[in-house]
Amino acid sequence: MTDLTINGVKQHHDGDPNMPLLWFIRDEVGMTGTKFGCGVAQCGACTVHLDGQPIRSCVTPVSVAAGKSITTIEGAASDKVGAAVQASWRKLDVVQCGYCQSGQIMSAVALLKKNKKPSDADIDTAMNGNVCRCATYARIRAAIHDAAASLA
Amino acid sequence: MGILNRIAGNGPAPSAPSEPLVNLSRRGFLQGSGGLVVGVFLGGVAGCSSKDAAPAPAPTPAPAAAPPPIEPTAFIRIGTDNQVTVISKHLEMGQGTFTGLATLAAEELDADWSQVTVEAAPADNSKYANTLMGVQVTGGSTAMANSHDQMRRAGAAIRSMLVGAAAAEWQVPAGEITVSKGVVSHAASGKTATFGQLAEAAAKQPVPSPTAVKLKDPKDFVLIGTLGTPRKDSKAKTDGTAMFTQDVKLDGQLVAVVAHAPSFGATLKKVDDSKAKAIAGVTAVIPFESYNGIFRAGVAVLAKNTWVAKQGRDALVLEWDESKAFQLSSADILKEFKELAAKPGAVAIKRGDVAAALKEPAKQVVAEYEFPYLAHAPMEPLNCIVTISDSGCDIVNGEQMHTPDQGSVAALLGIKPEQVRIKQMYAGGSFGRRASSKSDYVLEAAQIAKAAATQGVKAPIKMVWTREDDMRGGYYRPAMFHSVRAGLDAGGKLTGWQQRTVGQSIAKGTPFEAFMVKDGVDGTSVEGSADTRYDIPNLQVELHTIEYSMPVLWWRSVGHTHTAYVMETMIDELAQTAGQDPVAFRRGLLEKHPRHLGVLNLVAEKSGWGTPLPAVAGKKRGRGIAVHESFNTYVAEVAEVSIDADGTLTVDRVVCAVDCGLAINPDVIKAQMEGGIGFGLAAILHSEITFEKGRPVQGNFDSYPPLRLTEMPKIDVHLVASAEPPTGVGEPGTPPIGPAVANAVAAATGKRIRKLPFGDQLSA
Repeated sequence: MTDLTINGVKQHHDGDPNMPLLWFIRDEVGMTGTKFGCGVAQCGACTVHLDGQPIRSCVTPVSVAAGKSITTIEGAASDKVGAAVQASWRKLDVVQCGYCQSGQIMSAVALLKKNKKPSDADIDTAMNGNVCRCATYARIRAAIHDAAASLA
Repeated sequence: MGILNRIAGNGPAPSAPSEPLVNLSRRGFLQGSGGLVVGVFLGGVAGCSSKDAAPAPAPTPAPAAAPPPIEPTAFIRIGTDNQVTVISKHLEMGQGTFTGLATLAAEELDADWSQVTVEAAPADNSKYANTLMGVQVTGGSTAMANSHDQMRRAGAAIRSMLVGAAAAEWQVPAGEITVSKGVVSHAASGKTATFGQLAEAAAKQPVPSPTAVKLKDPKDFVLIGTLGTPRKDSKAKTDGTAMFTQDVKLDGQLVAVVAHAPSFGATLKKVDDSKAKAIAGVTAVIPFESYNGIFRAGVAVLAKNTWVAKQGRDALVLEWDESKAFQLSSADILKEFKELAAKPGAVAIKRGDVAAALKEPAKQVVAEYEFPYLAHAPMEPLNCIVTISDSGCDIVNGEQMHTPDQGSVAALLGIKPEQVRIKQMYAGGSFGRRASSKSDYVLEAAQIAKAAATQGVKAPIKMVWTREDDMRGGYYRPAMFHSVRAGLDAGGKLTGWQQRTVGQSIAKGTPFEAFMVKDGVDGTSVEGSADTRYDIPNLQVELHTIEYSMPVLWWRSVGHTHTAYVMETMIDELAQTAGQDPVAFRRGLLEKHPRHLGVLNLVAEKSGWGTPLPAVAGKKRGRGIAVHESFNTYVAEVAEVSIDADGTLTVDRVVCAVDCGLAINPDVIKAQMEGGIGFGLAAILHSEITFEKGRPVQGNFDSYPPLRLTEMPKIDVHLVASAEPPTGVGEPGTPPIGPAVANAVAAATGKRIRKLPFGDQLSA
C-alpha cells in the first residue's frame, strides 16, 4: 500500500509495490504525458520530479515515492519555472515528434530551479541523459538559455 | 507509380507534365463526404489533433435537423465557432506535415493562423491517396510535393464559397469583397463577417471547380515562406496532452506484451506459462504463429496494464526451434557480401566503356565500403491497438502506410478493406519504421487479437513492444557492401567509375516490388549512385541482391544512406588524388546541374570554405564537404571537426544549404535539416545492429547508442530562394552528413573511414 502525491493530488496504490512509478502514473492514474522509451533509465523520456529532484520513473519502484510529492509534465505549468520553460519551448518550436519532450522539459525545469543561469557545460551535464532521436538538441539548448533569460 | 520510381531515384522530376499533381475528378476532389468526414471515425478516442487534450468522445455527424458546418471538402472544415480545421491525410511523426498542410490551406483561405487546427484523416484511398502514389502513404518525403496544389486549391475553393455567401447576404459584387486574417470585408459598405458567421450560408454555396479557382500569386503570400506559422503541435507536445498510440486506453482494453521468437523463422517448440498465469492481473496467454514470415512468432501475455503484462511475459518459460530460422552471424554475412562483390552483378547503369576507361588510368582510387544494419529506434517503441468486432476491425496507430496497412489487415482477417478503420495518432518518431512495407507490426497486433478472439477474449488489444522488442524486430536499414574503382586522366579529369553494390533488397517480396524492382535491380539499392548527376563519361554500377528471411526496410533517406557516403567520399579522394580543391572538383563535374551548384556554392560561401579553420591546441582540425540530391531536394553540407590526441572525434559545426523549391515553412525546413543531420550523425558515429547466429545482439540504447546533446554540433542552415515546386525535407538532410564528416576527418588526419560506424577507428 502506497500513498503519494502527484501534481498536488493524493494518490493511492494497492498493487505491486515494485511496479515502476512510470506505469503507476500512466496506466493507473491515467496521466500519459510521462513517456515510456527504454525501461532502463537510458533515455530520460520518463523523467518526473520526486520532491523536486529529477528521477527516471521507469526504474523507480512506486514504493519509493511513498509519502513523497511527484510532479509530472501535466503539473509543470503550475510553477513559474515550468511555465517559462514551456513558453520557451513553444517560442523556439523545439519539438518534432514530441515523444521525448516531456522528459526533456522536466530535466530542464529541474536544472533551472537550482541554477538560474546555466552555462553550456551545466546544460550538458543536466541534459545528456535525455535522448531525442529527432535530434532537437540545438533548440533544447537554446530554449533553456531563453527560459533562463525570461526568468531573470 | 511515378513516385515509387522517384523514391527509387529513377523517375521524372515532380513537375514533369505527365504527372499532374492533382489528378482527381472535380467531384472526387471537392465533394468529399460532406459532413461524414468526422463520422467515419469510430471507436472511443479522437485521432490526433493539434488541439489535443485528453481523449474526447467519438465525434458524430451533425444531426440532419441542424445546419451542418461548412464542410464541402475532405480537407477543410469551418465551424460556426470560427474554427478552421484542416484535415491531414499524412502522418505527423515530427516532420511538421500538420503545420505544412495547414499553411497551404490557410494561405489560400486567408485564414488567421490562430484559428486553424489540424486533425488526422482516417485511412481512405478515395479521398486521401497520396497524389503521387495512388495510395494513402506518408513517405518518400512527398507530403508537401503531393499536397501543395491540392491543399491550396481546397483552400481557394472554400474561400470563394465564403465570399459567395457574403456577396449574397450583403447584395454586393463578389469581386469587391476582400478576405484577410479570417475576416471577410466589403470596404464600400463597411460590412464585415468572420468565417464562423458565414459558415452556414457558405455551406449552401455551389462548390467551385478546383481547376477554376484562382491561386494566389506568390508575391501575395502572407503565410507561405514566412516565420508566421509556428508549429501546430507545439503546445500539445509541451504540456503532455499530445496523444500517441502509447497513450490510448480504450474501454476494456488489454495490454499485450510479447515474448518474440529470438530470430526470424524460429517456431515455438514448448511453452510453460504457469508462472505467467499465476501473476495477478494476467488475463490470458496467447501463442501465435508468424504470418507469411512477415513478423516473428511469439507468445503474447494479456493483462490489465503494461507492467503486469510485462511481468507475465518475463515469467514465460519458452523453447524455440531455430532450425529453419535466419541463423547467420555478422561475419558470415560480410563474407558472403565480399564473395559476391568479386563477381559481375546485375547492371543498374552502363554508360560508355568503363573497362576501357579504367584499363590504364593515369591515377585511380580503389575502395571497399562496409555499412551495417541499422535500427530506426524511434523514441516511441512500436505499438498498435486492434479491436475486432462483428462490423470489422478498428485500429489505433500512428502509421505511414495508411491504406496499404488497411488492406493487409483486411487480408489477414478475411474482411473487406473498408471494414478496417484506422484512427491515426501522432507517432513518436518513425524514420521509416512505421512505413512497414509488409505491415509487420500492425499485422502482428491483428494476429494477436485474432488469436485472442478464438480463445474468447474479445477486448481491444493494445500491443506494446518494449525497447528490446523494437530494436530486435528486424526491418533494419540493410547492411551494404560497395566495391568501387574510379580513374582520372593525366589532366585530373574523372574518366571512369565502376561500382558493385551488395545487399538485401528493400522492395523485393513486398507489394512495392512491381514498381521498384526492374530487371533484377531494386532502385532503392542504387539510388544516389546509378543516377548520379556527376559528369562521368564511363559509368557502370552493378548490384547483387542477396535474400535473407530477416526483413529490411527503408530508413530515413533509404538507399542514399549508403550511396551518398560512397559517392561523396570517393569524389573527395579523387579530388585529392587529382590535386584539386574538393569544391572546385565538384563544380567541374556538375556544370550542367544548376541546383546542385546552387547549394554547393552557397554552402562554400557560408562556411568560409578555403579559409583556415581556427587552430585548437592539442587537436587536429578539418573541414569536409558533401553535396547530394535525394527526393528531388538538393543539400550540401560542410562539417568542421576536431580530433584530440586519443582519437576522440568532435563534430563542432555543420553548415547546410538546402534547395527544396518553394519554402513553405522555412523554420520547419531548418528543423528538418538539423534533425536529419543529427540522425545521420548518430548512425555514422555509433550505430550498428550485429547478429550472433541469427539473433540481433543490440537491444537498448546502452548497446545502440543514440546521439546525445553533448554530441550535437552547432548547425547553420541556409535556404536557396526558389520558385520551383516544393519538394520534401524529412529525409534529404541526412545523406550528406556522413561523407561531410568523413571528408573532414580525412582532411584532419589523412585517414579515410570506409567501415561504418566510425566507432573507435580513430583511436587505433
